[in-house]
Amino acid sequence: MTTYEAIIGLEIHIQLLTKSKAYCSDLAEYGALPNTQVSPISLAHPGTLPKHNKEVIEKAIMMGLALNCNITRNNRFDRKNYFYADLPKGYQITQDQTPICTGGFVSIKNKDGEEKSIRITRIHMEEDSGKSMHDQDLNDTLVDYNRAGVPLIELVSEPDLKSAEEAYEYVSEMRKLVRYLGICDGNMEEGSLRCDANVSIRPVGTTTFGTKVEIKNMNSISNVKRAIESEIIRQTELLNSGQTFVSETRGFNALKGQTFSMRTKEAANDYRYFPEPDLPPFIVSDAYLQQLTESLPSLPHQLYNRLKNELSLPEYDAKTITEDKDLTNYFLNITEHTSNYKSAANWTLGTIKSYLNEQAMHINDFHLNASKIAELIALIDLDKLSNSSASQLVFPELVKNPNESVLSIAERLNVIQTNDVNLISGIIAEVLAKYPDKVEEYKNGKKGLLGLFVGEVMKASKGKADPKTVNTEVIKALS
Amino acid sequence: MQITDEKINQLAHLSRLTFDNNEKAKIKQDLERILELCESLNKIDTEGVEPLIHMTNSVNIVREDNPHQEFSREELLKNAPKKDSDYFRVPKVIEQAK
Amino acid sequence: MKKRFSSLIEIQKEINEGNLNLPELVQYYLTQINKNKHLNAFLEVFEEDAKEQAEEIQKKITLKTAGKLAGMVIAIKDNIVYKDHESSASSQILKGFTSLFSATVVERLLAEDAIIIGRTNCDEFAMGASNENSAFGPVLNAIDNTRVPGGSSGGSAVAVQADMCLASLGSDTGGSIRQPAAFTGIYGLYPTYGAISRWGLIAFASSFDQIGPFTSSVSDMSLLMNCITGKDENDASMAQIEALNIQLTDNTKPLKIAYINDCVNHEGLEESIQTKTFEFIEALKEKGHSLTPIDFPYLDQMVPCYQILTTAEASSNLSRFSGLTYGNRSNNAIDLESMYKTTRSEGFGAEVKRRIMLGTFVLTSDFYDAYYTKAQKVRQVIRQETLKIFENYDIILTPTTSTVAFKIGEKSNNPIAMYLADLFTVQANLAGIPALSIPYGTDDNGLPIGMQIMGKPFEESTLLQLAQQLQ
Repeated sequence: MTTYEAIIGLEIHIQLLTKSKAYCSDLAEYGALPNTQVSPISLAHPGTLPKHNKEVIEKAIMMGLALNCNITRNNRFDRKNYFYADLPKGYQITQDQTPICTGGFVSIKNKDGEEKSIRITRIHMEEDSGKSMHDQDLNDTLVDYNRAGVPLIELVSEPDLKSAEEAYEYVSEMRKLVRYLGICDGNMEEGSLRCDANVSIRPVGTTTFGTKVEIKNMNSISNVKRAIESEIIRQTELLNSGQTFVSETRGFNALKGQTFSMRTKEAANDYRYFPEPDLPPFIVSDAYLQQLTESLPSLPHQLYNRLKNELSLPEYDAKTITEDKDLTNYFLNITEHTSNYKSAANWTLGTIKSYLNEQAMHINDFHLNASKIAELIALIDLDKLSNSSASQLVFPELVKNPNESVLSIAERLNVIQTNDVNLISGIIAEVLAKYPDKVEEYKNGKKGLLGLFVGEVMKASKGKADPKTVNTEVIKALS
Repeated sequence: MQITDEKINQLAHLSRLTFDNNEKAKIKQDLERILELCESLNKIDTEGVEPLIHMTNSVNIVREDNPHQEFSREELLKNAPKKDSDYFRVPKVIEQAK
Repeated sequence: MKKRFSSLIEIQKEINEGNLNLPELVQYYLTQINKNKHLNAFLEVFEEDAKEQAEEIQKKITLKTAGKLAGMVIAIKDNIVYKDHESSASSQILKGFTSLFSATVVERLLAEDAIIIGRTNCDEFAMGASNENSAFGPVLNAIDNTRVPGGSSGGSAVAVQADMCLASLGSDTGGSIRQPAAFTGIYGLYPTYGAISRWGLIAFASSFDQIGPFTSSVSDMSLLMNCITGKDENDASMAQIEALNIQLTDNTKPLKIAYINDCVNHEGLEESIQTKTFEFIEALKEKGHSLTPIDFPYLDQMVPCYQILTTAEASSNLSRFSGLTYGNRSNNAIDLESMYKTTRSEGFGAEVKRRIMLGTFVLTSDFYDAYYTKAQKVRQVIRQETLKIFENYDIILTPTTSTVAFKIGEKSNNPIAMYLADLFTVQANLAGIPALSIPYGTDDNGLPIGMQIMGKPFEESTLLQLAQQLQ
């Protein structure tokens, strides 16, 4: 039986977070009432003309810069002609000949945990279509044109992906990147990020490409992985049993976990691309490119490296924190007030994240100053506060009183630990006096009883004795 | 330049137009005659000539990202051949109608 | 043809002297329109609007707060949209459509207190050279009702020719203003491409179309051009220029004028027009200008080049007429596909369909390079060669058309013959340069003849100054 390798290329459509549409000033918000964000231009009324939104160009270039692409200097626009109910003009304004970015790459981790570079073919600007609903009415399709004209960038990769897992990583990385750059909210379920996959297989060691199948309508990153996995299996089984299959477009049935054939397109739809006469070229100047390069924010892999290498965080912590740019910012703010980076990471990924989840809150709405977390860490490091009382008692109170000092809250709650040896010795003496037989048993070898004594001392001190000191002193007292 | 019937059918479909047989014959003839005229273009040497695409020198004509909703939904639905209070309505694509 | 007023100056003089008021003027034109209904120049008359506006503006005139175009009664071609008014581009597919906004040119006219008296008939979607392709009947030439007025802006031309308004706006893509101007004995101007906003012009061929005026006087032409030209934030494709400021004087400096041999000696040129052309040349010489014959051996290529490029753009521009969000959807639509096909097949006329088919053909991937790219390159050559002429000359002269107004029905079955009606006019559209048709006499049967002068980009003033000198 032949061993096959998979060749996968992905096309990702990214809806840009601009306030208005690509070629007209309609609002571009998600979720508005149907047909309330349209105009004569987006409805293709006679006599209307497009005009380019400069924010779209900026966001497209930022994406290209983040992916190490060449930025096209002389940008032209083209018309892609076809008929469909969600396309009022009967053509889409796109960039066929001069995509705004070419080349470039992104790094992902392959199955062995090694860095792998996936090359980008191109990124170009285009406009989204309206939304058709076919199942609301018996006879009619209902069309909402709010989305018609919303700006998109299409990001095409070289077929460098070799597995469904790599595809998963790639899409995750892109989603993270667009959120970092603030150009898209990366929400596949809402359709602001859409992915089509081109999948083929070939015997290992050969170089000719196999029959390519396009998979569409995978509406989550995990479905991208599942769909590609099932398609690779389908193609492998067919070839191994001596059958062939056609190059076509397939959808993904999430319930069944299988791809299925979509209506085969009639003899290739000829899109008759030609230059858009209504839009003049856009020239990207050196100065503009320089300005945008300088305004590029820190990118996920840059921050990951910083957390892992400069701040010596373990890989897991660095990766998990840098999933979210805003969480990373908060974490970095904490580290400005403490050099216990690991502790800062633990707080960020532990108590704070849990709190945010419970409250269904975004880190940007979390009103506790990062310096307060540093205060908590400092007190713990001084053994004045135990981890548990810090996270379970002080933290909730701190959130309610964000302007109060940590020390003052801890005092108010009476959870400041003492490591006053004299005081502790006194309590130890009392406790030991209560259990003379146990003391005897301990001295005769039952060292496990240490926990009992320590526990009693903690109880007697109402939890205010520093456990470490208690431990040390009890051992001393029993020797 | 000969145009096949198949080409005429393809063009009609791409343009979403229908023609009866007489009309098809006439269109075919008209297109062939016009294309014959167009052969004269080949007499001009265009080696090294850039295609002329834009008729003005304008570049970088862009707008600020300021949203603006000028018309109400009612006004925008007004001209629609079929609609309800919220949506434009079109006949279904055959597969969806199943 | 005799007109009561040939210029706004005359009207404003009468008004200022108290001999005329605006409501009377409007009434005069409304009566003229009524008298000439048989010419079918108007698809709709905005009678109520015009009367109302006349009252309003007359008050402003009295208060001396009126705009520069107060007293101007003007008609607009049916492919120029006007807010809350119907626009159909003379097509069944758009009959009944009411635009939500006005074309920029309309807003600028209204801002200067012009009165828009109605919308005029034209060839469907501006495709034609005789106004026989309208879905609402042909327009008749006022001087001889058995003849065409020219096209596609036939209605706008006849409106001025037959004194139904003082001036009108048409659109020109390959000669659609100049040719009807020549056939009806009035002035018609194709402005430099990009001088006038296309916002609100129902697009035919985006890189060729321009709105332009028809007038009976050069002074009105200047006035209108000063009002409607200039950059518009709604049109990204146009030139970023300030409005023209044409000031006509009594001093015309001597010009170096080239006339194209290939046109003046063209085998298809009617003798009467050739004679008139030579007379015109002599008249110019007498005024002190130098006239030189030149060769421009691209006549055979210009019409095909124009046909390929304009039909390609049109095939795309007309895709929006499908009954989706507006327009007349066919009752025979049973599913989406048939909706498109029946709506468009029923709604478009034969000429429009023919051009869409040709345009689609040249854009299909197997023929794109051979036809479309080739035509774009040939256009570049024609533009460069034309501009080269202006290195040594100020003006290029040709007859506007090769024939006088032909009989209705004469060319309607012969698309090639019809396309050749644009022979001398397409050069200006291909090169993007301004071109004016000047009425210059008639043939022996009294049919008007026009002379065409073309100028450097944005130098409409040179053309108009010369035309003024000859008026």
